[in-house]
Amino acid sequence: MSKKAIRAVKKACKDAFIDSHAEHGDHTVIVKPEKLLEVVRFLHDDPDMDMKHFCDLTVVDWPEREERFEVVIHLHSLTRHHRIRVKASVAESDPVVPSITPLYKGANWFEREAFDMYGVKFEGHPDLRRILLWEEFEGHPLRKDYPKKRRQCPIPFREDHPDQPPPFRERP
Amino acid sequence: MAVDKKPPEEGSILVTSIESAIAWARKFSLFQYPFVTACCAMEFMSAMGPMYDMARFGAEAPRWSPRQADIIWVVGTVTNRQAPILRRIYNQMGEPKWVMAFGTCASTGGFYDNYATLQGIDKIIPVDVYIPGCPPRPEQVLDALMLLQDRIQAEGSSRMRALKEMA
Ligand code: SF4
Repeated sequence: MSKKAIRAVKKACKDAFIDSHAEHGDHTVIVKPEKLLEVVRFLHDDPDMDMKHFCDLTVVDWPEREERFEVVIHLHSLTRHHRIRVKASVAESDPVVPSITPLYKGANWFEREAFDMYGVKFEGHPDLRRILLWEEFEGHPLRKDYPKKRRQCPIPFREDHPDQPPPFRERP
Repeated sequence: MAVDKKPPEEGSILVTSIESAIAWARKFSLFQYPFVTACCAMEFMSAMGPMYDMARFGAEAPRWSPRQADIIWVVGTVTNRQAPILRRIYNQMGEPKWVMAFGTCASTGGFYDNYATLQGIDKIIPVDVYIPGCPPRPEQVLDALMLLQDRIQAEGSSRMRALKEMA
């Protein structure tokens, strides 16, 4: 069923298509990042695809790859009951992909979260701010090169804080 | 009626200092502010409920305003983003005040050793009693409450203790 979707994407968006694979019902197309909106629009608008249900948007960090941030979008058709995963990779130097909020209003907060955690920018997003962390937070914590032990807090710690909690006292 | 000149019976007079009388009154009327953020809350409810019944220890009335509370229970994981809120609530409480770190998360950050979580509320506010456990059993909670009561009797609030140490 969804292989049909892969074939349709391949046919309709020839210049966007890079690769596809389908294993155990996981049907994936890999597309060029600048053409991402085009592909998603096709999946959304085409009457045979009719993927009106936006399931998820997330990012995967592959530090060893040159285009290390892989944006992953999951779509589902409520009328035809098929699913597809759309992936697009961007490099750290220019981590910009088109926003899909013009098609799916619900993608708004997903894109803000992806921006918050990975620093991937979504062009055309109406209000791309951090969503979970505070504005002054430095860096993007789910990037693999964010130091594991780095701690940030919006207020200073108590100066007199001992590193260990005080020893447990005997009852008076 | 004539004044009874008889000397008082043995055991009918209690001699105490005003300080310890006040401490005794305080330790049995702790109004609490639950700062509840995560799963430990279930165990807190259980400790408050009829089975374990924290009311037996005079700590029964929750106050939803920190200004009316004597004791703040920090129950659950506190994120860095919540730290200013917690500190503000603590600052709004009137003296004397006490802080309970309920569960591993509030005490040390627990297994959330990551960018998001405050590694122990004692980084931002002074804590009187730490309750270990993930989540702690209600018995442990009651034990901690009794420990706090002993400490109130012995030394007053943490702020008063700090002032005494400074003097
Ligand atoms: S100590 Fe355990 S039960 Fe309590 S808030 Fe943390 S994870 Fe939840």
